[in-house]
Amino acid sequence: MSMIVKRKELSFWERLYIPALISGFKVTLSHFFRPNVTMQYPEEKWVLPEGYRGAPLLVKDQEERTKCVSCQLCEFVCPPKAIRITPPGPEANPECGNIEKEPEEFEIDMLRCIFCGYCQEVCPEEAIFLQQDYSLIGTQRDQMVWDKEKLLEEGGIHQDDIMKWKNK
Amino acid sequence: MAKAETKKNLESEPVVDTLTVTVDGKAVEVPKTMPDPMDGRPIPTTMIQACKLAGAEVPHFCYHPKLPVAGNCRMCLVEFGTLAMDKNRKPIVDAEGQPVVRKMPRPAIACATPVSPNMEIYTQSEGTVEMRRAVMEFLLINHPLDCPICDQAGECRLQEYSVDHGQGASRFVEQKVHKPKQVDLGPRIMLDDERCILCSRCIRFTRDIAGDDALGFVDRGSHSTLAHYPNRPFDNNYTLNTVDICPVGALTSKDFRFQMRVWFLKESSSICSGCATGCNITVGSRENRIYRFTPRENDAVNSSWMCDAGRLDYKWVGREDRLKNVQVRNNDGVLVPSDWSRALGEIADILREVPEDSVALIASARLSNEELYLLNLLAGKLGAVTDSIPRKGDKDALLVHADKNPNMNGAIATGISTKRPGSKLKLIAKGIKSGALKTLIVFGENLSACEMDDELLSTLEHLIVCDILPNETTASADYLLPGCSHLEKRGTFINAKGRVQKFMRAAEQPGDSRPEWEFLLELLKRIDGTNGVASIEGLFNQMAADVPALDGVSWGDLGETGVSIEI
Ligand code: SF4
Ligand code: SF4
Ligand code: SF4
Ligand code: SF4
Ligand code: FES
Repeated sequence: MSMIVKRKELSFWERLYIPALISGFKVTLSHFFRPNVTMQYPEEKWVLPEGYRGAPLLVKDQEERTKCVSCQLCEFVCPPKAIRITPPGPEANPECGNIEKEPEEFEIDMLRCIFCGYCQEVCPEEAIFLQQDYSLIGTQRDQMVWDKEKLLEEGGIHQDDIMKWKNK
Repeated sequence: MAKAETKKNLESEPVVDTLTVTVDGKAVEVPKTMPDPMDGRPIPTTMIQACKLAGAEVPHFCYHPKLPVAGNCRMCLVEFGTLAMDKNRKPIVDAEGQPVVRKMPRPAIACATPVSPNMEIYTQSEGTVEMRRAVMEFLLINHPLDCPICDQAGECRLQEYSVDHGQGASRFVEQKVHKPKQVDLGPRIMLDDERCILCSRCIRFTRDIAGDDALGFVDRGSHSTLAHYPNRPFDNNYTLNTVDICPVGALTSKDFRFQMRVWFLKESSSICSGCATGCNITVGSRENRIYRFTPRENDAVNSSWMCDAGRLDYKWVGREDRLKNVQVRNNDGVLVPSDWSRALGEIADILREVPEDSVALIASARLSNEELYLLNLLAGKLGAVTDSIPRKGDKDALLVHADKNPNMNGAIATGISTKRPGSKLKLIAKGIKSGALKTLIVFGENLSACEMDDELLSTLEHLIVCDILPNETTASADYLLPGCSHLEKRGTFINAKGRVQKFMRAAEQPGDSRPEWEFLLELLKRIDGTNGVASIEGLFNQMAADVPALDGVSWGDLGETGVSIEI
């Protein structure tokens, strides 16, 4: 069943649209004198709060040694299975000494990663940290899978005070 | 009836006297003696065995049910009580006439202390729990806490007990004792002496089971170190078993080292196909890649051990040159890729037409019983002469069998081979040469090893070959069907002693290859149009009803450890 809705008749003042126009301009004008709030991204960037969880990245210690020992706990704990580690295999790496191993390959699929921080929490070697990068760009899916080299490069040096392997 | 007896004969044990002990307040009746792990003669039951029968776990490192007792780790210390005696060694009784049990002032190691009548064992008492904590603390004093780089992590007794019985933090502030690391103990074993807890399991295994007294401790006190005999590497054929029984990550397999963390491995029950002993194994695989074999306990076959050669015999499964496509020889004489339905259709057309006595079938004794059974049915329909190829090699006194075929008894039981395998091969070769045999079906064998080279094979009208890896015979085939290794399918083998054992699937087969029993069923259906069983369970049960030696054993009877039959 159709229904006819009766329109409200406009008054004479309302039909003269000039007053409405003027009140609109008043709002616009008042904004000219307010402080600026729009951020000019990407030229300007956020100051991220402490504890912000961005991309998980591998770090080196002060002696430029890859801290990760390929224990694969992060691969196990990662909820979306974003991490994939290739263990080094039986051939000993003489440079590693008693640490004996580091990953042959370490990949994080940044499209899968949900930045939960479990990998950082589980890591027994303090080798992976969620850092501040949030704007991860790639034009193809495989560019979003970061390999060991890229993760270490972006991750930088961790100023470590324990130096677990120093005298080993 | 005969079946029930044969099935029982290995599992039943002679009746022995029992006595009653109380474990944590629960009374259990335990046999007075148990067989010695080394020679089987009866020796008094120990507290650890009684506790196991009562369902109470006593943590232990050095005790192993298959090895002589050493009693050196002290992890199994428990408090216990025995009957109180008066001056005349008569049991004291209370007002109700019940014998009085008094707690002993000192604890004892459960692995080496025999039980006595009315003994009470307290596995959860305050004193016992405190002793375990203390033993753990001592063991961890010099232990490198390097679980993240240790291959044992995830299956390490020390880790597990540390969680269950240890304390959260270390009180040790002194410098730890350092010992040799990455010691090359032998061709297959790497030793880390810092992780060794000196339980001596490896020493006892190699001395008492493998019969090669190669390992021992040198130096004293906290500097005690496991070492091999100078200038003699630890290289017998059973060394990798020490990696399994080492409760920590001191002994690691060079082959499996740093390949994959153990918690990622999917475990499938299977059988080693290296020889006719048929050791039970657990296959560790991840994402279709096989990483390792470990022995699976079966006292009727391999106890808890397996040989190194069998253990490392898995790499060919993942080889790049595996046969992955169905191939058919075209009119120009070139093998070209085809597909299953076309190839099976053409093979069925050929086999339906072949005259009697013009076909030979050679089937490998590395195929499963089900497949050999189907091949024998096929041979029966075609009136074909059949045989298997024997494979002989070295043997030893422990496990390794001279027959390197895992299923020769299956080939004999299903009728593919006579009691003298290989006896008809000469006849077949002669038949081909004379032109009497025009069609040859080969499953899983390279015939160039038995005097049938490609020149001879090229005189055949039809050569139908199924195999896993390429060889001379597959190169001559008119129809080449890609099959599966036993790790990629289910089925059963019969070992040298007549144990029927099943194996489960651990990985997916590559490319277009298919389990042989699957496409053999299809081929048989195509040849005579009948509709039969479609599952491996059904096929096994049908075979067991048909093959007299199997005597009606069902797939369900096989369980994890198999069934013994008369052979
Ligand atoms: S942050 Fe979470 S999702 Fe991302 S890699 Fe680490 S564990 Fe995986
Ligand atoms: S948890 Fe840490 S040490 Fe272990 S693999 Fe991951 S990043 Fe490497
Ligand atoms: S042996 Fe066990 S406790 Fe010792 S480092 Fe290895 S995993 Fe850790
Ligand atoms: S290497 Fe392993 S099995 Fe051998 S004594 Fe040491 S801890 Fe025990
Ligand atoms: S298990 Fe009893 S002392 Fe080691």
